[in-house]
Amino acid sequence: MSDVNREQPGHFEFDEISEAEITKILVKYPPERKASGSLPLLYVAQKQMGRQTGSAWVPVVAMDRIAERLEIAPIRVYEVATFYFMFNTKPIGRYHLQACTTTSCWLRGSDDVVAACKKATGVKHFGETSADGLFTLSEVECLGACANAPILQVDDDYYEDLDGPRTEALIEALRRGEKPESGPTIDRLGSAPQGGRKVLLEAAHEDPASAQGERSC
Amino acid sequence: MLNDKDRIFTNLYGQNDWRLAGARMRGDWNDTKAILEKGRDGIVAEMKSSSLRGRGGAGFPTGLKWSFMPKGDGPLPRYLVINGDESEPGTCKDREILRHEPHKLIESALIASFAMGAHAAYIYVRGEFYNEARHLQFAVDEAYEAGLLGKNAAGTGWDFDFYIHRGAGAYICGEETALLESLEGKKGQPRMKPPFPAGAGLYGCPTTVNNVESIAVASTILRRGGAWFAGLGRPNNTGSKLMAISGHVNTPCVFEEELGVPLKEIIEKHGGGVRGGWDNLLAVIPGGCSVPLLPKDICETVLMDYDSLRAERSGLGTACMIVMDKSTDIIKAIARFSQFFKHESCGQCTPCREGTGWMMRVMNRMVEGRAEIEEIDMLEQVTRQVEGHTICALGDAAAWPIQGLIRHFRPVMEERIQTYKRQHGGVQIQVPAGTPVVTLAAE
Repeated sequence: MSDVNREQPGHFEFDEISEAEITKILVKYPPERKASGSLPLLYVAQKQMGRQTGSAWVPVVAMDRIAERLEIAPIRVYEVATFYFMFNTKPIGRYHLQACTTTSCWLRGSDDVVAACKKATGVKHFGETSADGLFTLSEVECLGACANAPILQVDDDYYEDLDGPRTEALIEALRRGEKPESGPTIDRLGSAPQGGRKVLLEAAHEDPASAQGERSC
Repeated sequence: MLNDKDRIFTNLYGQNDWRLAGARMRGDWNDTKAILEKGRDGIVAEMKSSSLRGRGGAGFPTGLKWSFMPKGDGPLPRYLVINGDESEPGTCKDREILRHEPHKLIESALIASFAMGAHAAYIYVRGEFYNEARHLQFAVDEAYEAGLLGKNAAGTGWDFDFYIHRGAGAYICGEETALLESLEGKKGQPRMKPPFPAGAGLYGCPTTVNNVESIAVASTILRRGGAWFAGLGRPNNTGSKLMAISGHVNTPCVFEEELGVPLKEIIEKHGGGVRGGWDNLLAVIPGGCSVPLLPKDICETVLMDYDSLRAERSGLGTACMIVMDKSTDIIKAIARFSQFFKHESCGQCTPCREGTGWMMRVMNRMVEGRAEIEEIDMLEQVTRQVEGHTICALGDAAAWPIQGLIRHFRPVMEERIQTYKRQHGGVQIQVPAGTPVVTLAAE
């Protein structure tokens, strides 16, 4: 318990960037249904912590601010924050490495990806943060990009079609402060077959320039 | 096999511009007003005539679902809620719509909402799809700016707002009532039905929940006609569908294909064949992890559609298949699903909360072979006790893959147990030193 208290900050206020986001979020729901904003506001708080401290997590005091803002009991926010897997209720590393190990990724070598993550970060088990505080490694369930398996999600971005060496290279790049382009790590356009697509071959309004610019997603 | 001229998702791979300008070149937002002029009943009738069945997995007729919304204009607002919580292992099709065809989805949402008298639609996008939601938001902003959303959307005289709501990593929120709970800002725990969402859904108002793909195909169906769509595929299994292949094939990918095409042909054509050749195939899970697997001999002939797969005691599900070759430890592959369901059970109903954990632990022992032959039967019995005894279908989904494994691969499981016994000696289960001794009763 003392550990928990030590890591919990005593104070949290939304900053200007967050306030602008909250304004945009709350117009989506009927005014008497503000509680709908609990998931989006938890994201806002988590992002702000990431910006301010380098560790994207949601402290209890931030949940209290959210409850006030949404005019709901704090327990409603606590239970949401702990039910959903993507809210970190304790501090994490600068980069959150989320390795999918569900069957589609496992069949295509997620074990190698996980091993590479451990080797490159020094982390021994899922849920741990590396000694330098840079990387937290998590095991996640299916990320929904199975045709590009195996996947490693780093914060918000998917790195696809990985293998061990490419995973290590990715982590080394992150360590150097670089941000490699997300998406397939092999020569492939989105979820089209490697080696070129087999359908949609009419190039009636092909516009490679725009496709190229958005390969990251 | 589907011809390019009959494809709905012509920018599936993002090979062209996904933004408004590109979408307009592909025909999206082209005289949307004319479609709405068919009237509510006209649109629903056209959708019914297409015989489109829900693309999220259950296969319920979409036009019929739309017709369940109350007739006329009631005192309560109505909502269209689009289910973009794509999390079923193996499934990766809606992602392509969200990031590469967002305008097809938004325009179709306008049409569908008009047909059911809704002035607002919410789309629930799984939290991990951060960049996909970003694309969609960009498209929504473009649409507002161009007058395609908001007051008098697209000049149709219908006011329509489109909102994006991101989930946060809970598979259960793909269940429609759990999704509504989550959208209301609560834990994603499914509701009892009735009342059905068409009577009391989001905020207690009439609501229709549809999968992303079911909605996104609507604009094309209404432009080209229900008869065109019904002309593809087979009776009761009409149209084209987004599918995906993952696992042990040469070229995993997402693609659009006609329903009713032989599974083998699809794997050969789109997947580039099974790794090491067709004879290296062990089994296929045809539509996301909750449908039972099919061994090779069934894969030789089965057609890829709702009824054909059902006849083989499996299902089309999301039509995103997982292919496994002979190098696969099939017990481990299914045990991983048991871990998935244990992780994703919301904990509300006892048979599922306790059953998924129990099944996972027994399956993990089956992987090792550290079990008795009779436990295979016990495992099968337990799946029957979970199946059908829960509020939502997650319990069923957790039971079916195991039932499929036992049905088709029982000899492999038995052999694993025999091998373990041989290696560790004795007839009784020998627990290796260091591991806690757990009896079945304690588990």
